[in-house]
Amino acid sequence: MPEVVLKANDLVKHYPVKAGVLRRTVGQVKAVDGVSFELYKGETLGIVGESGCGKSTLGRLLMRLEEPTAGTVEFEGQDWTAASGRTMRKLRRDIQIVFQDPYTSLNPRMTVADIIGEPFEIHPDVVPKGGRRARVQELLELVGLNPEHINRYPHQFSGGQRQRIGIARGIALNPKVLICDEPVSALDVSVQAQVVNLMEKLQDELGLAYVFIAHDLSVVRHISDRVGVMYLGKLAEIGEEDEVYSRPTHPYTQALLSAVPVPDPTLRGKRDQIVLQGDVPSPANPPSGCRFHTRCWKAQDVCKTDEPQLELRADGTGEHPSACHFAEPRQVVETTDVSGLAPDTRFATPDVADVGDENPAGTGVTEDERRLDDTTTESDHLR
Amino acid sequence: MTDTSVRQDSPTAPQQSAPEGGDAAPARSLGADARRQLARSPLFWVSAALISVFVLMAIWPSLFTTVSPNESILRESRSLPSSDAWFGRDFQGYDIYSRVIYGARASILVGIFTTTFTVLVGGMIGTLAAYNGGWIDGIISRITDMFFAVPFILGAILFMSALADSFTSYFGVIFKVVLALTIFGWPSLARLMRSSVLTVLPNDYIRATKALGASPWRIIRSHIIPNAMGPMIVVATINLGAYIAAEATLSFLGIGLTPPVVSWGVMINDSIVGLRTTPHMILFPSLFLSLTVLAFIMLGDAVRDAFDPKSR
Repeated sequence: MPEVVLKANDLVKHYPVKAGVLRRTVGQVKAVDGVSFELYKGETLGIVGESGCGKSTLGRLLMRLEEPTAGTVEFEGQDWTAASGRTMRKLRRDIQIVFQDPYTSLNPRMTVADIIGEPFEIHPDVVPKGGRRARVQELLELVGLNPEHINRYPHQFSGGQRQRIGIARGIALNPKVLICDEPVSALDVSVQAQVVNLMEKLQDELGLAYVFIAHDLSVVRHISDRVGVMYLGKLAEIGEEDEVYSRPTHPYTQALLSAVPVPDPTLRGKRDQIVLQGDVPSPANPPSGCRFHTRCWKAQDVCKTDEPQLELRADGTGEHPSACHFAEPRQVVETTDVSGLAPDTRFATPDVADVGDENPAGTGVTEDERRLDDTTTESDHLR
Repeated sequence: MTDTSVRQDSPTAPQQSAPEGGDAAPARSLGADARRQLARSPLFWVSAALISVFVLMAIWPSLFTTVSPNESILRESRSLPSSDAWFGRDFQGYDIYSRVIYGARASILVGIFTTTFTVLVGGMIGTLAAYNGGWIDGIISRITDMFFAVPFILGAILFMSALADSFTSYFGVIFKVVLALTIFGWPSLARLMRSSVLTVLPNDYIRATKALGASPWRIIRSHIIPNAMGPMIVVATINLGAYIAAEATLSFLGIGLTPPVVSWGVMINDSIVGLRTTPHMILFPSLFLSLTVLAFIMLGDAVRDAFDPKSR
């Protein structure tokens, strides 16, 4: 069993809703409502979910940028939520964060040297004063930026480059855990690939553990070892990447996965798309019992009253934690994990992939066969 | 469902090891950009030239005139401008040109000191209110509301009358005027600073610094203030002109600087009786007062254009 670095115990964050002249608390927005998980050394835990499900709040709780209403976060067995003063400062070195928006995460009035050097000023004992500039240049090189650009300002860089600066700041103190709050969501696809690959490279070199929060299921699958799916402030399902993506047992995960566009035209019309009814309920007034029962096609009376626990449930070949009374595997769509395959040589840069190409050499299917496939699909539709 | 939008590459892939960064443009800070923009603005150069002349007048009036402002030639009282006295003479036979030059000091001192104090007090209190939020913000905001309820000049008149008999030396009176204008001038800057700090606070770089374990003082000093200062600098520059006008108003009303101190407000007050018969007596001090106020407001405009990226 690998070593646990970060452990969330039943984390809860409620925001009070105030109204009236006296600003009385009239309710609670349950942004995060009882989330527990463990993060192992050197692994990547992906957290996915739609907007407003509490992913980013969870990230901020883990980072202790906000105080949890209840629950604790443990770092290497030490209670991080109760730490203060000196212990807190020490722990801050081990847990760092990378933000979503590269345009607001860097102070526009500071040079790159100041931005990446700031961690060393706050923790002066990490690098001696004389060596800081050299260390900043080393970090710039590590994240693939020109060390000579140390005196530039953020607005002189592109979005992808800025995100690299943000990553450099995050790893400056040699943390053990890096919380990535949608680090690639604001970047376009080719730059996303570069940044994700950079993060994988850094993980290999520095032994970092990532909590990778995102809403892009493909990116999460690519980078994660384990994946947690959140719905309305709770984890619906968590497990190894393969378990969640190939054998999802929670209906919400299945619906979420079925919504991912498939770039392979031969599969058009063949996939089993689950369209959910209604909207996400308000986190200020979540449904009783299972939070998903208002939109679930499997919902029974028991779902309205009993809250399903996140426990091991059979998924066909094995079992992994899922919070559904009626958990059963359902393969949503044929998928292949191509991350292990060799890059296609037809493309100039190895990091831009031929999407949906299950055949890396590109020889398996001829053009004619492809067209034939398409017509079949089309006629299937007509029938 | 596919995850082929990204493909793993080895750590030595070319785009990772090759440093990027485009052209080798020199580092340009936002401040440097603003300075460059200022240097291109004719408005800035005109106002800067005027202000330099006025500041020079305030520091070394003897550079501009050799005539004493208190040299009275009564028999030439109310004489019109001539080669002897360029701007003519007033009721007491004083040389108006000389008095206008010597009068610059009071106005410039009041303007600069009041601006400095309102920026310091207003900026500090506004930052404090926005950064702490909660009840501190509530109390400070209500206090500024209370000050807004008192008309600026009325408040200053009350304050000056209350302290009429104390601090009667030259600098004492200037200090009193500065104090009165500061007391009634800081709330507007505090509000401005509060709102611009509130727009800076939600930025991720503030969170990132908090996540690094930075002290509130460091966050305020190196992140909030540099990013929230812009609007306050602009308004403070424009206000400087307004404070000079306010000083002249108080002196004109007889509760600011009083004779024998030379000031533009005092001169305007003295010459008001001859408004129809000898208008040159009121023209020159008013002209200098207006030019100074105009110069600072123009400078403020130029600075705003330079600091406001939307105007580019």
